[in-house]
Amino acid sequence: MVTEFFILLKQELVITAIVFLLLFLKLGKDRSNESVLTIVNVLLFVNLAAGFFGNQEGTIFNDMFRTNSLIVFEKNILNLAFWLISLQSYAWLRTHKHVIEFYLLLLTSLLGMFFMISSGNLLMFYLGLEMSTIPLAAAANFDLAKRQSSEAAMKLIISSAFSSGLLLFGISLVYGVSGTLLFNEIPAHLSADPLHILAFILFFSGIAFKISAVPFHLWTADVYEGAPVAVTSFLSVVSKGAVLFVLVPILYRAFQPLAGTWYNILFVLALATIIIGNLFAIRQNNLKRFLAFSSIAQVGFILVGVSAGSPAGMASVVFFILVYVFSNLAAFGVISLVSALAGKENVTDYKGFYTTNPFLSWILTIALFSLAGVPPAAGFFGKFFLLIAGAARGNYWLISIAALNMVVSFYYYLRVVKAIFMDSNEQPISRITVPVLPKLSLYICLVGIILTGLASFVYDYIYSLSYGL
Amino acid sequence: MNSIPLTHILFVSTALFCIGMYGLFTRRNMITMLMSIELMLNSVNINFVAFNKYLWPEKLDGIFFTLFIITIAAAEAAIAIAIIINLYRSHNSIDVEDATELKY
Repeated sequence: MVTEFFILLKQELVITAIVFLLLFLKLGKDRSNESVLTIVNVLLFVNLAAGFFGNQEGTIFNDMFRTNSLIVFEKNILNLAFWLISLQSYAWLRTHKHVIEFYLLLLTSLLGMFFMISSGNLLMFYLGLEMSTIPLAAAANFDLAKRQSSEAAMKLIISSAFSSGLLLFGISLVYGVSGTLLFNEIPAHLSADPLHILAFILFFSGIAFKISAVPFHLWTADVYEGAPVAVTSFLSVVSKGAVLFVLVPILYRAFQPLAGTWYNILFVLALATIIIGNLFAIRQNNLKRFLAFSSIAQVGFILVGVSAGSPAGMASVVFFILVYVFSNLAAFGVISLVSALAGKENVTDYKGFYTTNPFLSWILTIALFSLAGVPPAAGFFGKFFLLIAGAARGNYWLISIAALNMVVSFYYYLRVVKAIFMDSNEQPISRITVPVLPKLSLYICLVGIILTGLASFVYDYIYSLSYGL
Repeated sequence: MNSIPLTHILFVSTALFCIGMYGLFTRRNMITMLMSIELMLNSVNINFVAFNKYLWPEKLDGIFFTLFIITIAAAEAAIAIAIIINLYRSHNSIDVEDATELKY
């Protein structure tokens, strides 16, 4: 019984242990940043590797915490993403005063996400969600001296507090009509009654804030631009992925009686998100803002997959997030290196980038091709599965508008590629020597983009674990 | 004893929620915006306690949820005020209209 408890909570306990280790490291004698970063990266790799062994399925704390193979797999994706981000931020953190605090904040946030993904109860879900967003707001303010950074943090904390207010009001109404907070007991009490629909809409608005679906996306670009690049990549990949991972089981299980309602809501939100994300991405010059809007558009595609309500829908969402981790982190890796070592973040600065940095240019190009969805790269298959899963509902308007928007997205992704390869520039960004750890992470992303696109066993494995309505 | 019907309490909590939301949208002082958010969270607390007492008195789910909301609201306020202090140091103002570095 006791050993089972430890095995089920294994991934959370490993992260907690790392957090405590780092606290003691902070209290101990002064170390150089290089040695701290080496220790942390090794620990994070151990954390990633430990996730693959000795997993069990089961529930503890009276069904509040549950875990199964799919949840373990999702947590491994997040661990991998965090390890890659940590490798990429090496160049930035090497000269930073507060290295350990950075990891403490982000690891706490990751721990919150793990509890959120594993939650089987609305209380646990809410605690995990808050535990993941509150440290993130502090992390967004990590460049204490920069005006932009504090403004971004202010926008993040105010909008996330507002969204959790909406979410909580929704949860309180769900509690009022059902008298329980457990996901597997809620469906028995729900029906298409107006009060239940109101509760669901409030609840879903709170979640839509976190994944920045369109009517609730206004904070995204500002926060992404102002926050340090490492925090931005964490926000756009890990935080968004975690909320989407938990959204699918909540919609498919807890709100199953309202399936008709949430399909209509997702339909509208997905279309609005894709179109507005694309249109705003076209006019951006700052690369971080550009990736913010591109990630908004990607969330729209993910919502098309979520709306399917079938095992294929769930599998395509998880698979797309895995692909998205590789492709987005490859792009952010290059951007964070250039931002830390050359101090440039605009598309126009990247003109003639190929003449001085061919390696980084190719990585960024492949990442952008994968995000746009060009066939050999994994991003194509990710979007293909999402749209196919969505098409199974027979709503071809949604699918054709989404597919047409893929064409629009080519324009702005290729605009960056054109700047890198074709535009001439008197003073291109000077040659950047890439440190070993960021280089390692870029290679892993590259292998991931190609491997997940070509090897079908990844999708098959995810599909075998998925379930539908 | 049960002389106040549930609907009255729900009316109060919903009104509080809307006042909080209105305050958040109209006020420009960050501290006041934070207070408005606390108002929204407190309306949720009233909801939970009322539902628990009137509809589901056999279990204490709602009361426990309230305790956690109060705790988390405190944590949120702590972080938010730290951020606002830092913003004040760089902008010399806690008016959101003055934070205009990031725009499209």
